[in-house]
Amino acid sequence: MSTFDLNQLVRDAHEQNNYDPLISLIPYAKLLGIECLRLGDDMVFRLPANKDCIGNPMLPALHGGVIAGFMEHSAMLHLLMFMGIPHLPKIIDFSIDYLRAGHYRDTFVQCQVWRQGRRVANVAITAWQTTQTEPIATARAHFKVDEP
Amino acid sequence: MSDSPIFERAQRFLSVLRHCQVLGIGVHSAKPEGLILRLPYSLQIVGNPETGVIHGGAITTLMDTTCGISTVCVLPEFEICPTLDLRIDYMRPAEPNKDVFGFAECYRVTENIIFTRGYAYQDNPEEPIAHVVGAFMRMGKPTDLHAAAKGAGQ
Repeated sequence: MSTFDLNQLVRDAHEQNNYDPLISLIPYAKLLGIECLRLGDDMVFRLPANKDCIGNPMLPALHGGVIAGFMEHSAMLHLLMFMGIPHLPKIIDFSIDYLRAGHYRDTFVQCQVWRQGRRVANVAITAWQTTQTEPIATARAHFKVDEP
Repeated sequence: MSDSPIFERAQRFLSVLRHCQVLGIGVHSAKPEGLILRLPYSLQIVGNPETGVIHGGAITTLMDTTCGISTVCVLPEFEICPTLDLRIDYMRPAEPNKDVFGFAECYRVTENIIFTRGYAYQDNPEEPIAHVVGAFMRMGKPTDLHAAAKGAGQ
C-alpha cells in the first residue's frame, strides 16, 4: 500500500502555497530541478537554467529529452493538483514537437487537460522561455488515471 | 566492435552531451543498421518512489539521444540534426534495478529530413518497454553550425 498520502500532500501544498514537498517526492523531478508557481487559478511550472540539463554544448541548448521530461512531469503534477487523483498517473504515450531551440535559461510550462475520462486523461503541454506566445515546444500526452 | 568508425563517432557525439553524462548513458553498439545506447538504472531517475520505476522522461531522453545519434549510422560526415518531433508509446513500465537499452535506426534519409524509429527494452528486445518514432532535420556540417543551429534545436 501507499507509504504516503498523495491527496494530503496536494492539499497541504495548495494550502501553504508550497509545492516543494510534493516535488521532492519524485527523484527525477529533483534531478531536473522542477519548480511550481501558482498564479491565481493557473499553475506554471519552471525549470531553472541548470548546466546538467544541457544537450547541445555549442549553442548552448537544453537537451531535448530534458524539455520532454520536464513537460511530461509537469502534466503529471498538473493532473495530481487539479484532477483529484489519489495516485501518480501513468504515462501511456507522449508526443512532442520541437519548435525553437531551448536555450540555456529558465523554461516554463503550462498544461491544459482537454479531456479526463474515468480511465484516461489527455493533456496538452506548452513550453516557452522568453514569451508564452513563442513556445519552444508543444506536446500532448495520455495518462492512465484509474488505478495505482 | 569498439574500434569501428561508427562506434567512435557515436561515442564522440555522446560524450559532449552533458545531460547524458549526468544520466550515465553509454554506447552499447553502433553499426550501419542501427545504434544501441544503454541507460544504467539509478535512484536519481526514479519517477515513482513507491515502486522504484524510472521516470518516462529519462526514457524519453534515452530515446531522443539514441534516435539523434543514430544519424551517424547513415551520414558519411557529422551533421547537426535537431529533433523536429518525437513520439513515444509506453508498452509496459520498466522493471526497477535494471538497465534500459535504446535501439534506433534511420529508415529514410532525404535531403532535409531523417526519419528514425526504435524501441527501448531491458532483458529482451522482443518485449520492448517503449516504441519511438522521431524526425530530425539536417542542418548541414559543423562549419556553419552556429548559423544553422540558431533556428531550431535539440
